[in-house]
Amino acid sequence: MPDSTPAVHNLKHHFADLEQQKDSSTFAMWLFLVTEIMFFGGLFAAYLIYRLYYFNAWVAGSQTMEIKLGAINTAVLICSSLTMVLAVHSAKLGNRKLTSLFLILTLVLGFTFLGVKAVEYHGHWEHHEVPGANFHFEHEGNFDPNQVQIFFSLYFAMTGMHAFHMIIGGGLLLWLLISNLRGRFSTEYNTPVEMVGLYWHFVDLVWIYLFPLLYLISHHHNG
Amino acid sequence: METTNLSTEKKTNYLNADYSIKSWLLTTDHKRIGLLYLASITVFFLLGGIFAMLIRLELLTPAGDLVLADTYNKLFTMHGVVMIFLFLIPSVPAVLGNFLVPLMIGAKDLAMPKLNLASWYIFIVGAGFILYAILTGGLDTGWTFYTPYATTYSNTNVVSAALGVFITGFSSIFTGLNIIVTVHKMRAPGLTWRRLPLFIWAHYAASVIMVLGTPVLAITIVLVALERLFHFGIFDARLGGDPLLFQHLFWFYSHPAVYIMVLPGMGIISEIIACFARKRPFGYDFVAMSSIAIAVLGFLVWAHHMYVAGISTYAAMIFSLLTFFVAIPSAVKVFNWTATLYKGSITFASPLLYVFAYIGLFMVGGLTGVFLAAVGIDLHVTDTYFVVAHFHYVMVGASVTAFLAGMHFWWPKITGKMYPEFAAKISGLLVFCGFNLTFFPQFLLGYLGMPRRYHAYPPEFQVLNVLSTAGASILAIGFLLPMLYFAWSLRYGKDAGPNPFNAAGLEWQTASPPPTYNFEETPVVTWEAYNYDEIDSPQKGVEVAG
Amino acid sequence: MSAHAHPTVKTFFAVWITLLILTAVTVGVATLDLGPFNAVVALAIATTKALLVLLFFMELRYSSAMTKMVVVAALFFLCLLVGLTLSDYMTRGWSSYVNPFR
Repeated sequence: MPDSTPAVHNLKHHFADLEQQKDSSTFAMWLFLVTEIMFFGGLFAAYLIYRLYYFNAWVAGSQTMEIKLGAINTAVLICSSLTMVLAVHSAKLGNRKLTSLFLILTLVLGFTFLGVKAVEYHGHWEHHEVPGANFHFEHEGNFDPNQVQIFFSLYFAMTGMHAFHMIIGGGLLLWLLISNLRGRFSTEYNTPVEMVGLYWHFVDLVWIYLFPLLYLISHHHNG
Repeated sequence: METTNLSTEKKTNYLNADYSIKSWLLTTDHKRIGLLYLASITVFFLLGGIFAMLIRLELLTPAGDLVLADTYNKLFTMHGVVMIFLFLIPSVPAVLGNFLVPLMIGAKDLAMPKLNLASWYIFIVGAGFILYAILTGGLDTGWTFYTPYATTYSNTNVVSAALGVFITGFSSIFTGLNIIVTVHKMRAPGLTWRRLPLFIWAHYAASVIMVLGTPVLAITIVLVALERLFHFGIFDARLGGDPLLFQHLFWFYSHPAVYIMVLPGMGIISEIIACFARKRPFGYDFVAMSSIAIAVLGFLVWAHHMYVAGISTYAAMIFSLLTFFVAIPSAVKVFNWTATLYKGSITFASPLLYVFAYIGLFMVGGLTGVFLAAVGIDLHVTDTYFVVAHFHYVMVGASVTAFLAGMHFWWPKITGKMYPEFAAKISGLLVFCGFNLTFFPQFLLGYLGMPRRYHAYPPEFQVLNVLSTAGASILAIGFLLPMLYFAWSLRYGKDAGPNPFNAAGLEWQTASPPPTYNFEETPVVTWEAYNYDEIDSPQKGVEVAG
Repeated sequence: MSAHAHPTVKTFFAVWITLLILTAVTVGVATLDLGPFNAVVALAIATTKALLVLLFFMELRYSSAMTKMVVVAALFFLCLLVGLTLSDYMTRGWSSYVNPFR
C-alpha cells in the first residue's frame, strides 16, 4: 500500500477513529489490571489472615529474609519503572532510537530483578526453607515450626506469581522492542507501548507491597 | 432502514461470505465466534447430560447396583464440572451475548475481536485439560475441589482438571472484559445508557462479575495445584493451614458465578417479554439497576455455602442477612416482568412460553434460596437433595430455560430461518413439565433428609426418586427436540426476514442473517428503547428507524 | 480525555527520586523498634509509593473519571474480599464452642 499513512493503516475496521480505538485499549488494559488486583488479592487475604493467627511464626519467617537483597530489588524495579515511563514518553514523541534504548534498559533491569530473586531462592533452598519434605526450620520460641512453612508457602506463592508476571513482562518488552525496530510505532500510534507500560508499572506496584509485607513489617528487633 | 430491499435478492451475510473451515477457525467476527461457542457448549451440554442420566439411572433403585460408589462420585463431579465450567458459564454470555451485544448497540464488532477469538481457543484448551482428566480415570472431588480431599487424598487427576478450570476462567474473563469495553466505547451515536436494551445491562452486570470474581478462583486453583504438586501448605490443616480459607476464596468467585449464569438470562427474559407484550418494560430503570445491584450484592453473600463448615456464628449471621438482600433486586425483576405483561397485547409465541416457564421456575428456585439463606433451615437441609433441587431450579430451571428462550427468539436472526413453531411449543411444555417432575420431588427428598452425593439410599425414598428419574427422561426429550428442529430449520425452515417478531432493538433492523459488519451504515439512534407504541401505531410504523 | 495534560520528564525523575528515598526510609524504619507501628509506617510508605506510581507513572492523574472509578471499584471489591473473610476469622473466638482451628 504505497499511499496509506500509518495512522489509517493502524485503524482497525470496527472503530470509527484512532481515538476511539486507543480509548478502548486503555480502558481494557485498566480492566485487565483490575483482574490482576483481584488475582493477587486472594494471596494478600491469605497472608493477612495467617499473619494475624500465627504472628510468632511470621516473625521467625521474616527473620530469614535478606532485607538488603529485597531493598536492592525494590530499587531496581523502581528504576525499571522510570525507564519504562521514559520509553513510553519517547514513543509518544516518535523518537525510535530513545524508545529502543529505554526498552532495552527496562529489560535489563527486569532481568536483574529476576537474577537477584534467583539468588534469594537459592539461599532459601540451601537453608531448607522451601515447603515440602525438604523443609526444616530451627525452632525457638512459642510457635509450631510448621506454621513457618505456611509463611514460606505464601512467600513463594506471592513472589513466584510476581516473578511469573515479570517474565511475561519481559516477553512483552521484547515484542515491543522488535516492533519498534521495525518502525511500527509513531507519534499517532503507540498504544502497545503505553499498554505494556501500564502492565509493567502494575507489576512494580505489587512488589511495592510485597517488599514491606514479607521482609520488613514482621522484622524482629529484640534479638 | 433497509427493510424493503432485503427480502428479495440473496445478499452476502456473515454465514455465506466464506465457507472454508479456515474462515471459521480464524474468524474475528463476533457472530461466528458466538456460533463456535454454541457448537462447543452444545457438545459439553450433551456430555454433562449423559453423566446426569447415569446419575438418575443409578438412583432408580435404592441399592447401589448400576455403578460403584467410586464411579458415582466421579459421575456427579464430572456432571458438575462440565455443566458449570464448560456449559453454563459460557452459555448465554459467550453465545448470545457475543452475537447480540454489538448488534444491539449498533457496533461493527466487539471492541477486541482478536481477544474474542482467543477467548474461544483458550476455552477449548481449558476444556481439553478437563476432558483429559475425565478420560484418564475421571475426577471425584466434587465440582468444588474442596480441600483437603482435592489437595491430599483424591487419587484422580485433580491437577489437570484444576488447570482446565483455571484456563477456561481466562476465557470468561476475556469475554467479560470485551463486553464491558464494548458497551462503554462502541455504542452507536445517540444510544445513551438509558436507551440500552436491558439485555445489555444484564450482560454488563454479569461481565463485571466475570472480571472481578474469576481471578480469585484462578489464584485459589493455583494454590490447590501448588499444594498437590509441591506440598505448599496454605490450606493444609496438618501445618496449621485452614481448609476453610479455600472455601472462602472459592465461593468468593463461585457464588457470584451463579449470577454470571443467571443475569444474562434475565436480560433475555426482559427482551422477550417486552416484544410479546408489545410494551416498554415496566420500570426500565429499576430492572436495569437491579442487574447491577445483583452483581454487587452477589459478592457479599458467599459464606452462606459454609454455615455448617465451621465458620464463626457471627459471620454466619452477617452473611445470612446479606443473602436476604439479594432477594430484593431479584424480586424487583420478577415484579416488573409481570407488571409488563399486565394489560399487554400478549402473543403466545414459543419464546414467551419459555419465559413463562422461566418465571415460574425462577420463583421456586429463588424463594427456596431465601429458605436456605436462613441459618436455621440451612442447618437442617445442608447437603441434602433440597439444596440440589434449589440450585437446579436456578441454574437449569432459570438459566437453561432462559438460554432456550433466547435461542428461539434470536434463531431467526442468527440463521435467517424460522423453526417450526408447534414443535417449539411442545418442547417448551416438555421442558417445563419434565423439569418440575425431575426436581420437585428432590425438594421433598431433601426435606425428608436424603443426603446428596450417595449412590444408595433407604428404600422409603424410592417412589420420589423414580418420579425424578422419569422426569429426567422427559426433560431430556425436551432438550433434544430443539436441537433437532433447529437443525431441521437450517435446511427446511421458512425465510425469517429481518424482523419476524416485529421487535424493537437495533439487531432487528439489519438483515437476517446480518452482513459481516452488521450494519450497512452505522445506525443513529433517535428513539427510546422498546418504542413499541411507535412501532405498533399505524401511521408511524415504518418510520421507526428515523 | 480531551485535555491532554501530560506529565513531563522532570515529573518522572522527581517521582523516581521520591520513590527511591521512600524505599530507603522504609528500610531504615524497619531497623527501629516501633512495636505495632512498624507495620503501620511500612504500609503507609508503601501506599504512598503505590499512589505515586499509579498517579504519575501510570498517568491515572491525567486519565478519565471512568478509569479512576475502575481503580476505586477494584480496591472496593478487594476490601470486600478481605473484610468479609476476616469477619469470619476475627469472630471465631467469640463463640462459646471450642474452635478446632485455633
